Amino acid sequence: MGDWLSQNGLLLGLATLDGLSYAAAVFMVAVGLNLVFGVLRILNIAHGSLYAIGGYAAASLSLFLSSRGLPEWLSLPALVVAAALVGVLLGPVIERLLLRRVEGQEPVLQLLVTFALFMVLEDLQKLVWGVQPVVSDTPVRLLGNVEIPFGADTIPFTAYQLFVLPGIALLTLVGLAWFLRRTLAGRMIVAVTEDREAARAMGIDAAKVTLLTFTAGAALAALGGALASPVASLVPGVGAQTIVLSFAVVATAGLGRVEGAAVTALLIGLGRAFAVYFEPELEVVVPYIIMVLVLLIRPQGLFGTPETRRI
Amino acid sequence: MSRSTEILLALIGAALVLALAWAVPWLRFVMTIALAKGLAVLGILLLLRAGQVSFGHALYLAFAAYAVAFGASVVPETLVLLPLAALGAALLGLVVGLFVVRYREIFFGMLNLALSMVFYSVLEKFYAITHGTDGIRLPPTTFAGQTLSNEAQGWAMLVLALLLSLGFGALIRAYLASPMGQALAGIKTRETRLEFMGISGRRVLLAAYVLSALMAGCGGAVLAMTTRHVTPALAYWTASGELVFIAILGGAGSVFGPFLGAVAYELTRVYAAALVADAWQMILGLVLLLVILFAPGGLWGMGRALLARRRSA
Repeated sequence: MGDWLSQNGLLLGLATLDGLSYAAAVFMVAVGLNLVFGVLRILNIAHGSLYAIGGYAAASLSLFLSSRGLPEWLSLPALVVAAALVGVLLGPVIERLLLRRVEGQEPVLQLLVTFALFMVLEDLQKLVWGVQPVVSDTPVRLLGNVEIPFGADTIPFTAYQLFVLPGIALLTLVGLAWFLRRTLAGRMIVAVTEDREAARAMGIDAAKVTLLTFTAGAALAALGGALASPVASLVPGVGAQTIVLSFAVVATAGLGRVEGAAVTALLIGLGRAFAVYFEPELEVVVPYIIMVLVLLIRPQGLFGTPETRRI
Repeated sequence: MSRSTEILLALIGAALVLALAWAVPWLRFVMTIALAKGLAVLGILLLLRAGQVSFGHALYLAFAAYAVAFGASVVPETLVLLPLAALGAALLGLVVGLFVVRYREIFFGMLNLALSMVFYSVLEKFYAITHGTDGIRLPPTTFAGQTLSNEAQGWAMLVLALLLSLGFGALIRAYLASPMGQALAGIKTRETRLEFMGISGRRVLLAAYVLSALMAGCGGAVLAMTTRHVTPALAYWTASGELVFIAILGGAGSVFGPFLGAVAYELTRVYAAALVADAWQMILGLVLLLVILFAPGGLWGMGRALLARRRSA
């Protein structure tokens, strides 16, 4: 064991760091999905497309800024601006024009509306950004590398992945938890999630809350994509990949607190990173294995509460 | 609709498929694929009756397709490969089903999705056995011991797919009318009440699940022997989504729905791909949106409504 550790220690450290930054991006997408599902009771398949579009928009904005000869540090706020734009422009349109129209219909139809939207957005994104990989790594280059001491060795790692990605994810986690529990708008969201009818009876405008939640969820997905765009090149299909992963996170976590999504994203992010370094064949499978194992033991997910049976 | 009308409609539909395939030769391939998918969608319809959406039934389709691909080098006989592959899929359905029928709604959907994604990555990553994303080319297979020409083999597959569709269509219609089918609908309305009557909701769902896996297996085997090439993409989650898509497009109210939906889906896909190569997916998505927003009963429901209006006028 000690032998193995000394041989693979570096790899282990690198996998942990990679897993952390990966988990950060996954958390952003999954927490938005969880929030939207809580209020709308629709599992939004197009959520992954919003992630992809956020990434593409951020890359385009950053490339545009550098082509204009503007200072490089602008590419960092550009990530957030691009994500916010995508969320605010697309979120309300999708919620008003599509999701509201199937409100109260069969769950299958609601699910399929988002699947149809996914198909449309996927092709739209190919038409706008093409099928060639898009890379814009200005923020990563700008911040440079950090040498992390690890035993006798040092691990070189990008400062962007070490500080910015997990930092923003942590900020989102704390901010969201505060928002949901301490502000009026946040508590309205929680109320509608718990019991839509009762919330309405208390005078909460459920339609407005739904719109707000969906927009916020869309912006979070776009922010996840924007933050991941400097470290992973964007290719068609990235949305499809992301969404199944966040499904796994949401199902494993169960519905409930944002902290649940964070812990689960960490679990799955680290699991995947270890697989990448030690058993590459298992990379894609690990999140699902974790999910199946968790659901075997806790059918309502790690943080979900079991539903009472209605008669 | 009376039983004799339905039999008549099924026969007219079958004759129409054969006539189309005869008149436009390349449509024979499209029709065979459509019927193969229709078989898998019939299984989705069964689960929809219980209010459960499986976002992973491509697993059984892909499993049977790969079983045929591997088996073809050992026993290149269509009439042996097809039942064996379908039974294999049903067996897998039984094993998986024992686990997933304990869950409902999103957990049911997501577990199915997860398992099909696991199968997908096994197919993709174990290159030495599965040739990864390149997939496997199927060697030519015999039909009842005869080596057929390409043309004759194409016809044989279409007729086989048609017979399977008619057979399973009739079976599912009877199944839905039987107590097992009625109990399935009970899971959707209120499972607890079902259990108060002494019926195990899990067992009812398991039976339907295995049956759906068997039909998806038949579809996968026909698909593999028609396209003669299998790739991991068959098991990707979007392929499962496609099956649910077809179920809604055709209409979940009748066993005709899946086949009507599958034919419409494949034709739209072929024409959309020829018309705008880069945007066929978008066109399909828009069609689906229109159907859900304006005709939630699907194509079958639309046809019925038209018929009813004419009769009352």
